[in-house]
Amino acid sequence: MTAVTYLEAIGQAMREEMRRDETVFLLGEDVGTYGGAFKVNVGLLEEFGPERVIDTPMAEAAIIGSAVGAAIMGMRPIAEMQFIDFITCGFDQIVNMASKFYWRSGIPAPMVIRGPSGGGVKGGPFHSLSPEAWFFHVPGIKVVVPSTTYDAKGLLKAAIRDNNPVLYLEHKLLYRMPELREELPGEDYIVPIGKAIIRRPGDDMTILTYGTMVHQSLKAAQTLEEEDDISAEVLDLRSLVPLDREAILESVKRTNKVLIVHEDTLTGGVGAELSAILAEDLFEYLDGPIMRVAAPDAPFPYAPPLEDAFLPNADKILVAARKLAAY
Amino acid sequence: MQLERADLLQIYYLMRLTRAVEDRTRTLFLQGRVVGGVYTGQGHEATSIGAAMTLRDGDIIVPQHRDLGMHLTRGGSPSAVMCQWLARGNSPTLGRDGTLHIGDMHHGIVPSISMLGESLPVACGVALTMKMRKRDTIVMAPCGDGATNTGPFHEGLNFASVQKLPIVFIIENNGYAYSTPTHKQFAIENLSDRAKAYGMPSEHVDGNDVTKVMDAVERAVKHTRSGKGPALVECKTFRVRGHSEADRADYVPPELREEWLRKDPIKRFEAYLEEKGLLPEAVKAEIEAKVKAVVDDAVSFAESSPAPDGATVADYVYAPDGPISIIGEPGATDPRYVNALDTRTGKPFNTVAEDASVTRFEAQEVGKR
Repeated sequence: MTAVTYLEAIGQAMREEMRRDETVFLLGEDVGTYGGAFKVNVGLLEEFGPERVIDTPMAEAAIIGSAVGAAIMGMRPIAEMQFIDFITCGFDQIVNMASKFYWRSGIPAPMVIRGPSGGGVKGGPFHSLSPEAWFFHVPGIKVVVPSTTYDAKGLLKAAIRDNNPVLYLEHKLLYRMPELREELPGEDYIVPIGKAIIRRPGDDMTILTYGTMVHQSLKAAQTLEEEDDISAEVLDLRSLVPLDREAILESVKRTNKVLIVHEDTLTGGVGAELSAILAEDLFEYLDGPIMRVAAPDAPFPYAPPLEDAFLPNADKILVAARKLAAY
Repeated sequence: MQLERADLLQIYYLMRLTRAVEDRTRTLFLQGRVVGGVYTGQGHEATSIGAAMTLRDGDIIVPQHRDLGMHLTRGGSPSAVMCQWLARGNSPTLGRDGTLHIGDMHHGIVPSISMLGESLPVACGVALTMKMRKRDTIVMAPCGDGATNTGPFHEGLNFASVQKLPIVFIIENNGYAYSTPTHKQFAIENLSDRAKAYGMPSEHVDGNDVTKVMDAVERAVKHTRSGKGPALVECKTFRVRGHSEADRADYVPPELREEWLRKDPIKRFEAYLEEKGLLPEAVKAEIEAKVKAVVDDAVSFAESSPAPDGATVADYVYAPDGPISIIGEPGATDPRYVNALDTRTGKPFNTVAEDASVTRFEAQEVGKR
């Protein structure tokens, strides 16, 4: 068995699910002949044909809306956004159509919307988005964010098998990252939606994070241990909706301090909700302020020095963690 | 289209029933018994019913807010509609939504939303499934003149055409999008021309003449059912009431409304039937009696139905796990499937009337023949 990349794991998940279940199909811009803008879907058209790997016009409302229509018929479409930034062009189909379908009609809409999110690749303001907060706020859709190759495959399989609309946010920076190459199990597996995982156990504080920031947080935690003798636990949320409240509360009850880290901008981000949950539920357990490291409240910039200044990283996490540890 | 007398009377019955359900809804609104807004399709009956009459079993409609006629033609339940207006706990949306935003996939009705135009891409997905499953069924997707100005309308038409999807698009051009007349909405004479941009055959027709509507839509249905891709029919009609019952529509010139009231689709069809000697007084009275009884029953059913329980407000946001069936295929309603029954209630979906005779008229006299 060979180690695969995060990107290959996503392709494997789709291929295996399409083999397993004839109702699963993929549609989006350049997904077939070209194999997707990042070549995630290479080989799918050849194996499954143009009826199940559909190259669509450049029209996100048509892509997502058609996915909704197929889903309510009992199909399990995967709608690919070429860049997750373009999801805004199909926003209404997600927040008004898909998310409310079961709630108001009893008709399930089992579908996945996925696409490359996040920055760090000089994509500028329209190819670097972390859109989770918009959808985190909408009842009726699930949101998952894989940070490892194993999770990329297992969470996508779980998303495809879920009976609800699931937004699957893959991070383009992780697609071909050599450190993330991993040998995956030969047998079928899923990573259940709604389950967080401790990536590094610790006693002195909990770093709550997800996506690519898991790796930056782990790097910071390593430095904290080596240079400061601080033991930081890193909890990878994996699923933002539903949140694994149990795992979050369990960890913070033990460590009594919490630092929240996300790549998305600060205000109204996922971290704001996590802060509120912790303040409400664990007030008497906290030995320091709930702290957040996130991108500043500005649009995502293009130039390298601006992008570097914008994105959270291990150094910024370290500064915040040391401040928190001092309480 | 050659129609038997029984079909003609059925169409007339549906037109009268549609009008009567809406008239009663307006009365309930004026009495303060409808909690939200009321939107009617008065004047649309020939279009909505005529178009739907061309369909057959397995076809699916994606009706919009003025398409009560289309609902009833496909077996929609007047009681369910009344429960929606009166916000009852047993309405198809369990009181979560109002208006005609109701549906039942197993009976071929897709619920719509208030963002007009957004249902057209969804209709594409339904039709895409039919194409993938190699069926000879079709989708009928109506929208108003206002919706033809939205992005999803154009994205939907284009996608349907590129993919050769089995959809018949119906544009119900009723002259106004809320208060905005057509000349402020688009700079073309016929909305049917919009189809040309997508390589789709189209025509426009007098939307207040039910036989003409049926002829035109039948041509579109024939084209689509033969696998040649989508087709579009623009039905030119008029919105006789305001956008909603809260709108007095005083922006509509009185002479224009008068002109269209003279072209009322029900009066015209009645005259047509009478001229052919197909609607003797006795049959007409029989139809009126049945319409009144069905409407009375629907209202009393809704009024005796319970209000939703406030304690359930956060329920049903997510569908449960389990196998999903493909709609329209053998065994699709086997209760082991999550989408077989309405899993929120554990009961069958209730958008479509359990008693099919509610939306069927069979004259005593015809039966004797």
